Order: sequence, then structure tokens, then C-alpha cells
Amino acid sequence: MAGAPGAGGGPKDAGWGPLALPLMLPTWAVIGIFLALPVLLMAVYSFLTREFRGGVEWQFSLAAYDQFFVTRGLFGDEPPSLEWTYILIFWRSLWQAALATGLCLLIGFPTAWFIATRSPRSRTVWLFLVTIPYWVNLLIRTVSLKFLIRDNGPLNEFLMGIGLTSGPLPLVNTNLAVQLGLFYSYLPFMVLPIYAAVERYNFALSEAAADLYAGRWRILWEITLPVVRPGIVAGCLLVFIPSLGAFLAPDLLGGAKNFMIGSLIDEQFKGSQGNWPFGAAVSVILMTLVMLALLIYARAQGRGRA
Amino acid sequence: MAAAIEIIEVVKRFGATTALESLTLSIADNEFFTLLGPSGCGKTTVLRMIAGFEPVSAGEIRLFGQNIAALPPDRRPVNTVFQHYALFPHMSVIDNVAFGLKMKGVDLAARRARAGKMLEMVHLSAFAERLPAQLSGGQQQRVALARALAPEPRVLLLDEPLSALDLKLRQAMRIELKQLQQDTGITFIFVTHDQEEALTMSDRIAVMSAGRLQQVGTARDIYETPLNRFVADFIGETNLLPVDVEAISQDASRVRLPGGGALTVPGTATPGRHTLSIRPERLVPDPAGPLKARLERVVYLGTDLHLMTRLQDGSGLVVRMQNSARSALPAAGEVLSIAIEEGAARLLAD
Repeated sequence: MAGAPGAGGGPKDAGWGPLALPLMLPTWAVIGIFLALPVLLMAVYSFLTREFRGGVEWQFSLAAYDQFFVTRGLFGDEPPSLEWTYILIFWRSLWQAALATGLCLLIGFPTAWFIATRSPRSRTVWLFLVTIPYWVNLLIRTVSLKFLIRDNGPLNEFLMGIGLTSGPLPLVNTNLAVQLGLFYSYLPFMVLPIYAAVERYNFALSEAAADLYAGRWRILWEITLPVVRPGIVAGCLLVFIPSLGAFLAPDLLGGAKNFMIGSLIDEQFKGSQGNWPFGAAVSVILMTLVMLALLIYARAQGRGRA
Repeated sequence: MAAAIEIIEVVKRFGATTALESLTLSIADNEFFTLLGPSGCGKTTVLRMIAGFEPVSAGEIRLFGQNIAALPPDRRPVNTVFQHYALFPHMSVIDNVAFGLKMKGVDLAARRARAGKMLEMVHLSAFAERLPAQLSGGQQQRVALARALAPEPRVLLLDEPLSALDLKLRQAMRIELKQLQQDTGITFIFVTHDQEEALTMSDRIAVMSAGRLQQVGTARDIYETPLNRFVADFIGETNLLPVDVEAISQDASRVRLPGGGALTVPGTATPGRHTLSIRPERLVPDPAGPLKARLERVVYLGTDLHLMTRLQDGSGLVVRMQNSARSALPAAGEVLSIAIEEGAARLLAD
């Protein structure tokens, strides 16, 4: 996963003297082996030649990127033009992830606010409740969700039972189902960082704003939201980035028609249909997009502060 | 003199506990009024009720004659300087100062000009574009002051604004605050637990303890004629002597001092046990004095000396002397005769 913006700057080594460097080694080793090396490997693979039955041949090739961006018709004999298939998948992934982020924010902010303003004791209980779903594997939870919303599942039976709908609502294999899955999977990632920010929020600031003639909404807009913004941004990143590359929810709830990037990549590394260089290329493109978005955000942030 | 704030039989309860028992106070326009008391005495609660952060449980608060009980904080023409300043961390100093004006709908140019003038007043013009976190404690305190004064409130509430500053800065700010109050003509209501702060700045002081008003008066009133044991003890240093009231005339009482001497003091009381308050600086070693005490220790304080003595009945008595080369120091163990200056002894109500 991409690092958070502005994460650099190692710990202060003052006082550790000659020990500082050896003590940093494990950290660098972990980052090197588990972050830098895989990313590098992925980048290299995306420029190699596809081996059928999976794997790569060590020969430089731009075929993967060519496949992503360029089409020459069904039989490869037409003049090259822009390939829309994968861009559309990216586009769908982008707005699904953006929507999920928005929904999580809409529900997550009031939830976090509610928890952070309880007494310290009940806060612990509420936080505990928020994290409970994480005790169950995401795969199980996503399958359960599918069970809940399928044609003869409890939700449809309930809706028909109270007479709200006459037949089952076709929910499975729709964008809506994917959205529900993403929202459900990542909501706590929105709640927790916002909670942490609101819990640190000094409510004397709200009083000071009220004292200076700000009404309830203006306090929220002018003071509270800007002050807890780092928590909101962290929550949005923590929901948006994994949503963008999510593959369980789209795969299980969306079906073949609602393909997202995650499933596309997943498919490239499975069985004889796989295409490792193409999968790697899609990953590189996705990572580049995310990094660009973060960079733009960090830039905007930096300007605001100066 | 019009009353800026009238507090009429105001009660504040938090659940089962009563934070404030029926308080009635009138604060005049242009007055520097201080609420003084130890922590937990209810003084900050009074301030928060005037600002509108806490509803009153009973009673009325009037601002220039208008009952403001129903108004939310953002509709009250009072502004507050908070104890820890509560500056908006994401706004520059000038935006902080202009915030109240912005909320009142003053246009950008006008509010910037006014905020600039306020910063000039507190000598912070050079820091207008900084963030609060880039300022020292004393500078933040001035920003808080400028921010609260910018919308031209009719009453300024100050909640222990100097408590986070170091001693030198605190002393300098006392003088500046008082000057500012006189220049602006705004009513200041100042909350503090620091009696020195209260004495040096205030026109009048309300001494509070345990949710009750103990005494209201000028600094001189509460120092020289404390009504009760709490006020006498809390303001400055004092000797509290147990005495027996023997005879009462029209406006004076004859009391029997510990050790046998007798003294006539102003004020009347029921015959029996009472407490007499005498400030250490108004006691003098004098061979003709009515108090006999054994000197235990001399505490050197620079400009002053404290003679720690004990009376025959075992109660302690502190005598404050100016440190002067001319006077010979008595030795520990010596029995001194001590005189009480005319009018210095004060018979307390409890």
C-alpha cells in the first residue's frame, strides 16, 4: 500500500549515538523487503513478456501497457485506437471508491462524534462495538452480505413481507451491492481516525466561537471541521485507497458485469488465463494514480499552511 | 451609575450538587469587577452563566436591564477571554481577532482594519500572519484579549487569563489590563483565585467560597474590614485570635484577649467566644502592649521580617516588622510585649 503523505522523517536519534544506525536497520530491512522490493518487482514484471500458463519471460516488452491503452480491433488488423475497456473499469472503480468514501464520511463522522462525546467509560464500549465485525474474516462477512441481500434472502423476504415490494429486488450483481459491500467493509476505517481527532478536539474552541457570535452550523463549518480535518483526511484515505483496489466485494457482490480493478488484477494471476505482465501493469497504473492524487492533495495542503 | 450586569438570586445546580447558592450581585458599567475565591467556589460558574455556556437553575441575569437568560451565547453582547485562550489553531492571528466581526457580518476590509487596530493595541502587529502555535504564552494571551475586544462587547469576561503566565509577565499584564479597561471603558468581569491580582486591579471584589458570596467591596474594604473568618484568612495574611466578648456598647465591644489583656474594638457581637483578626503588619513590639508572646523564630523576607511568636494560651501570632538596620532584633525565646495599632483589630462575624 502507498505510504501516507508526509510520513517521512525518522525518529529522533539524539542520545543513541553510534547505536542509532544499527537500531534503524530492522526498520529499513522491513521496509526494503516488504515494501520497496515488491513494488520494484511489480514494476519490472510489467515490462516483461507474458508466459502462457502464468509467469514471465525475461524479455523486455511494452505489450502489457499496449494491451491496456491500445486496441486494434477484435482480430488485431484495424488501425490502433484507444482501448476503453480497462479505462472504464478504472472509472467504475474510481467512482465506486469515491462514493463509498463519501457514504462512509456521511455516516462515519456523526458516529465518531457521538462516540467521542460520550463519557470515557462508554466510549470504550462503543469503540469495542465498532471493531467487533473485524473479529470475523472479511470473506465470510462479504459472503454473509450476499446471503442477506439475495433474491430469497432475509432482506427481500422482509420487504415483501411488509408489502413494500411485490417481488424480490434484484440486488446481487449490481453496482449497488458492490457499493454496500465497500461501505460495510471500510466504515470503521473512517470512524476510528475521526474519533481520534474529535476526542482530542478542544471544545473550548466551540465555546469561544459561540462567544464570538457564531451559530451552531458556523461553528461546525468554520472551527470544528477544519480543526479535526487531519482525522477526516486520514479516514478518507483509509477508505478510498483500499476501496479502489478492493476485490472481494466487487467479485462476490458485483459479478462479471461490475468488474473493478481489484478483480481485473486478481484474474491476471490465476490459472492459465492469467497474464502476469498485464496484471503488474494494471497495478503500476493504479499505484501511479493513487500517488498522483496524494501528491496533489499534499501540495494543496502545503499551500494552505504556508 | 447604570448596572451593566445584575445577578438576581441566581442558583446553579449540577445534578444533586449545588454549585452556587442564591447569588445576588450588581456590577456597574465601566467597572473592573473581580470574582475571587479558591477553586471550586463557583466563580467560573458565574462567568459561564453570564457568557451563556451554562443555563441558570433559578434566578435572573440582566445585562443593562435586559434579562438574557433565554439568549444563547452567540446572541449575548459579551465576550470572553478564556483561561487557556482557546485560540483557533488553524487561523492566523489576524483571522482569530477578526472572527467575531466576521460572524457579525462586518465586511472583509472593515474587519481587517479593526483587527489590525486591535493587534496594534496589544503590540502584536508584527505577528498578524502567524499561527497561534508560533506565539509564546504571553503573546497568545494578548491575541485572546484582542479577539475578545474586537467586536466591542459591552462586557468583557476574563476567566483566570493570567494563570498560565510566569510571574514577571503576570505582573506586567496586570497593569496593562487595568490600563486597557480604563482606556476602553468596557466593564471587565475578572475571575481569579489570586488575591494579589484581585487587589491590584479591581474597582470592587466579590469574595466567594463554597458557592456562596462572602463579601463584596473595594480592595481596601475586604482587606481592612473583612466580614468573616474566610475573607480575613483568604485575603492577605492575618492572625486569628480567639477572644471573649465581655461588654457591648453602642458601636464597640470590649473583648478579653488570650493571656488576659483587654481591648475595645469597633463593631458589636453577642457576648461569648469570637474571633479577632489582626494583620501582622499592624502589630508592633511595644513594652506597653497588651499581648505577651514568646518569640519562637524570626523569618527573614528581605524587606520585612516575620516574628513567629506564641501566646500563653498556645495560639500563634505573627508580627511583621520592616527590616531596618536601626532596630535591634529580639532573640528567640524572649518574651515580647506586643501592641495592636489603633483600629487594626477586627471582630469577625463567625
